[in-house]
Amino acid sequence: MRHIISILIENESGALSRVAGLFSARGYNIDTLTVAPTEDPSLSRMTILTRGSDEVLEQITKQLNKLVDVVKVVDLSEAAHVERELMLIKVRATGKDREEMKRMADIFRGRIIDVTESTYVIELTGASSKLDSFIAALDAGLILETVRTGVCGIGRGDRILKV
Amino acid sequence: MMISGAEIVIRCLQEEKVEYVFGYPGGSVLHIYDALFKQDQVKHILVRHEQAAVHAADAFSRSSQRVGVALVTSGPGVTNTVTGIATAYMDSIPMVVICGQVPTQYIGQDAFQECDTVGITRPCVKHNFLVKDVKDLALTIKKAFHIAATGRPGPVVVDVPKDITAQMCEFDYPKTVQMRSYNPVVKGHLGQIKKAVQILQEAKRPIIYTGGGVILSDAAEKLTQLARKLNFPVTNTLMGLGGYPATDRQFVGMLGMHGTFEANNAMHYADVILAIGARFDDRVIGNPDHFGSEKRRVIHIDIDPSSISKRVKVDVPIVGNVTDVLDEILKLLDGGFKTDPEVADWWKQIDEWRGRDSLRYKQGEHIMPQYVVEKLYEVTGGDAFITSDVGQHQMFAAQYYKFDKPRRWINSGGLGTMGVGLPYGMGVLLANPGAQVACVTGEGSIQMCIQEMSTCKQYELPVKIINLNNGMLGMVRQWQEMFYSKRYSQSYVTSLPDFVKLAEAYGHVGMRIEKPEDVEPALRKAFTEHKNDLVFMDFIIDPGANVFPMVAAGKGLTEMILAEDL
Repeated sequence: MRHIISILIENESGALSRVAGLFSARGYNIDTLTVAPTEDPSLSRMTILTRGSDEVLEQITKQLNKLVDVVKVVDLSEAAHVERELMLIKVRATGKDREEMKRMADIFRGRIIDVTESTYVIELTGASSKLDSFIAALDAGLILETVRTGVCGIGRGDRILKV
Repeated sequence: MMISGAEIVIRCLQEEKVEYVFGYPGGSVLHIYDALFKQDQVKHILVRHEQAAVHAADAFSRSSQRVGVALVTSGPGVTNTVTGIATAYMDSIPMVVICGQVPTQYIGQDAFQECDTVGITRPCVKHNFLVKDVKDLALTIKKAFHIAATGRPGPVVVDVPKDITAQMCEFDYPKTVQMRSYNPVVKGHLGQIKKAVQILQEAKRPIIYTGGGVILSDAAEKLTQLARKLNFPVTNTLMGLGGYPATDRQFVGMLGMHGTFEANNAMHYADVILAIGARFDDRVIGNPDHFGSEKRRVIHIDIDPSSISKRVKVDVPIVGNVTDVLDEILKLLDGGFKTDPEVADWWKQIDEWRGRDSLRYKQGEHIMPQYVVEKLYEVTGGDAFITSDVGQHQMFAAQYYKFDKPRRWINSGGLGTMGVGLPYGMGVLLANPGAQVACVTGEGSIQMCIQEMSTCKQYELPVKIINLNNGMLGMVRQWQEMFYSKRYSQSYVTSLPDFVKLAEAYGHVGMRIEKPEDVEPALRKAFTEHKNDLVFMDFIIDPGANVFPMVAAGKGLTEMILAEDL
């Protein structure tokens, strides 16, 4: 099962390696990981996309909570939430492909943020599956480079992760 | 008044009432050692290898209720401590290790004796710190002691760069420490505790299964009260020995890979398991599928939620400090509790299992290791601190020395670190001056930290080394005999030193005991005439002796190999 774990952690050097080290030491998967300080600069928020059975997820949450720097842990995917991922994708845009690329970006509500004679950089935000679909929809030979941020997410409505 | 970072370190240790620091000096900690020199409240024990400093600090903790402290220099000083830190971590032993580090501006430059201390120790500490500002130093050390000793205890490393120890700062030691990210639970959930008591009342084939958590939480007395009240059988893990008096009728012995026939059967066939401060590890339950084949209800008390339902599914989890939870249970039992009458039949069954006398052995022409431990028990009146190394001798000590008191059995259960025995003996003696301390070891293990005989001489630490010498790495040999068609690959120890002469060279007393009839007199002599000497007792034992019962790897708890089967 796919799970999105959100972590509030003390914004101290080494905090990221504690979390990453825990996952590798105990054999848990990390599909994606994002981290940045919150509005309170003393805290970082980390989002980890992971996979595992209910038992494994229970252990992941417990083990994360055990880390001294971790303030709070929540499995966002347990309840209503929104998730987004940002992708920047550089594509070849020449000849007839140039117009086609523009059209595809529009269909997926992407934005072209860099233009040269032969390339575009398209910015695309959405659920990870949407980004996957966009890549699948393009001719693979035209994709020059992709970079993705990994998933970040937030609970809907009153579900708030705060100290 | 402004004082140096080095003086702050020492003042912090004074504030924490640290009596001994186990350590070894070096470049990065010279300022700290200088500050240490200028006072006499905190005493320093100079070991011969940093590994021993951490082991000794660890044993100081295990055998008392105080946090052990080690002090080492950067680079190799730190890397030498890693085994000791991991050992303490696996057994949840509170310890603070203060490490020197190269000056802040050199960090990351591959400086002389630099290593990434925080990175190297991260997976085997409860927490670690790198101090980057002298203003944070006192608070960091306060946090280190707080984190080490509370919740599920564990080792904490504080990495202090040399320039920080030279800088001047006001000293103000915080009385308390608040951390928003660290608030361990103490009290158990009352609703869960009530549920547990209900299940205990319904139990027909119950067992109380306890581990190191009982020792760490100083809950032995409460556990005894509870067991007596319930009239349930009690089994201990290797780490839990002494948590319940071994000479008591309700004690069925240690369980697990080398547990007794009655303990393993009772654990397997129990309909209710009350697990207290134990973690169902692989050496305890054997094959998890086999263990899971019986229907039963499990109540699990542990301070660490991640220990619960990790390997065995738990019906009633109770997260809390063992002493506090047992206290609540006892209060509820006072409100009227009846043990199910069928428990009497269960006892009959257990006594039948007990009748197999699974620890029986024959003392023949050669000295049997079991015999030595039994005699050691007699000679010390069952009241010694027993440290051990890792291997067959460790199991013999655990099986045949009947521990009636907690904190008397000092061994590396989780990590299984050979070489801990002698430094453990040093730590125990410093925490319990005048106590009888025996290190039950083998000729393999003892050589891993044998240089500490020199430390024992310097500080007059009269450890009695019980060397069960079979000329082989016994446990390895046992597995090779049983599972590798007797291909004894590298399990011989040839060219052994003359241990008697070696002990004498270090200024101690050495004895070589070869005949069964000499075992007891030699032990008596060591513990009376040589009470104040370190005595190296080299017992030449039967090289074929094996540890039984044995649950082979991959087998179930009830599929034991008994000595009588062979």
